[in-house]
Amino acid sequence: MLKDITLGQYFPGHSPIHRLDPRTKLIGLTGYIVALFVAKSWISYAVMLLFLVTLIRVSSIPPKSIVKGMKPLVMILVFTGVLNLFFTGGETVLLRIWKLTITKEGLTRAIFMMGRILMLITGTFLMTFTTSPISLTDGLESLMGPLKKLHMPVHELSMMMCIALRFIPTLIEETDKIMSAQKARGADFETGSLIKRAKALVPILVPLFISAFRRADELATAMECRCYQGGEGRTKMKLLRYTRRDFGAFAVIAALVAVIGVLASFGL
Amino acid sequence: MEPILQVKNLNYIYSIGTPFEHQALKDVSFCVHRGEFIGIIGHTGSGKSTLMQQLNGLLKPTSGSVILDGQDIWSDKKLTRQARFRVGLVFQYPEYQLFEETVYKDIAFGPGNMELPKEEIDRRVREAADFVGLTEEQLLSSPFDLSGGQKRRVAIAGVIAMEPEVLILDEPTAGLDPAGRAEILGNIERYRRAKNATIMMVSHSMEDVAKLTDRLLVMGGSRLAMDGTPGEVFAQAERLVEMGLSIPKVTQVFLHLRKMGLPVENVYTIEQAVEALKALKGGSAHA
Repeated sequence: MLKDITLGQYFPGHSPIHRLDPRTKLIGLTGYIVALFVAKSWISYAVMLLFLVTLIRVSSIPPKSIVKGMKPLVMILVFTGVLNLFFTGGETVLLRIWKLTITKEGLTRAIFMMGRILMLITGTFLMTFTTSPISLTDGLESLMGPLKKLHMPVHELSMMMCIALRFIPTLIEETDKIMSAQKARGADFETGSLIKRAKALVPILVPLFISAFRRADELATAMECRCYQGGEGRTKMKLLRYTRRDFGAFAVIAALVAVIGVLASFGL
Repeated sequence: MEPILQVKNLNYIYSIGTPFEHQALKDVSFCVHRGEFIGIIGHTGSGKSTLMQQLNGLLKPTSGSVILDGQDIWSDKKLTRQARFRVGLVFQYPEYQLFEETVYKDIAFGPGNMELPKEEIDRRVREAADFVGLTEEQLLSSPFDLSGGQKRRVAIAGVIAMEPEVLILDEPTAGLDPAGRAEILGNIERYRRAKNATIMMVSHSMEDVAKLTDRLLVMGGSRLAMDGTPGEVFAQAERLVEMGLSIPKVTQVFLHLRKMGLPVENVYTIEQAVEALKALKGGSAHA
């Protein structure tokens, strides 16, 4: 039940996309998002869609998992669609219900906006699905490296992110365990009024928080025992290195941005 | 006598239909009678924990049935819920599930969920606290102020307070010092005697199960590999070692003595060993 959460979950694999340097994927994603916001016409949207579908095929991520991860975002999508559909001014009126009008411009805009959000999320999913959290934070730290000169705690931030990500599965497992233990004492989480069900969460939340604090404490001690003292002078076992594959990926993304840019400059 | 708990051809498969599919129980069958003290041993991942959660209806078997006092616990929703109370389950490191402000309230959580009258809950909480040796004063303190061993006893009392006919414990002594271990094992045995309850205890300590139990279930590779008295099970030392398990130290010593040509029987506990050695000494003195 709790294990069904896929948001930000990593699917191990060996596809060309999995093997890209995390920095390439981060920069590539940025390029992709820029292209997505520049795109304004049916043609450029079609190009973007084609690009995205190809990437999904290459990554060999089951499309089902992407759709599953999309579920929590359905409300935002519907909301955006409805807002744009009814509140975009235009000349060609398609339908008029009471005070609400649907114009041709509104309809196109709603479709474009929803398509944009969908492609934005799918693109981001593609990155988190193909990059392990650890290498993702590694990539972020390396990309934000120049900010260290401005006394930004880059290493500390990426370490915090890394630890937070690391503990998600652990806490999910812990929650499952505590739930079973309380169910064994007759706790009931499924029936009763809303208030009753909210109250039923107390026997899970209290032990969960206590265990989270305990784990944090233990981790801090373990890190201090190994003389951890932050990023200063710290070396890495796995050094990030761009390979030929990464340069290829950069070329593809640059081409995509260029095509979309050119199309946009022609008003397409 | 009608068995209190019957397990018939139990199969359980985790995450059916996904790449993570894994069969944790294969065709497990056995009967449990009132008042028995049963030890469950098995290598990590042999299906012990899954089996335990089947017995009180936390996990639904993929096929097969669990019969409590003559009735299949999955035949009716009410029976499933009842099974939770009649078969008490104490998980590993149960102290991590404490949540109430006072020890008293935490122990009362189980009986409270049974919707018993207030006086009955009070009686059960006090009796359960007494079984595990908690004082009146401790009942009113916060469970988080207690030591590790005391927390463990509070958690066990929380399950005992439901007065289950079958009490299942998953490594109740893990991580405790010898004195704490002996105390908890004593508490469990006392509960069994007082209520004629059945105890099923998962343990990695061969010494503990040899001393306390009258029957052993050995899980191996998701199957019930052996079922018999400690004597019968430990006699198959080689098979146990093959399954990644061991036999009590004292049994090892006596097996070795026998190999050296001394006329000794197999023993499993220190007490038996003392007797056997006395007999040996006495015997040779007479000869």
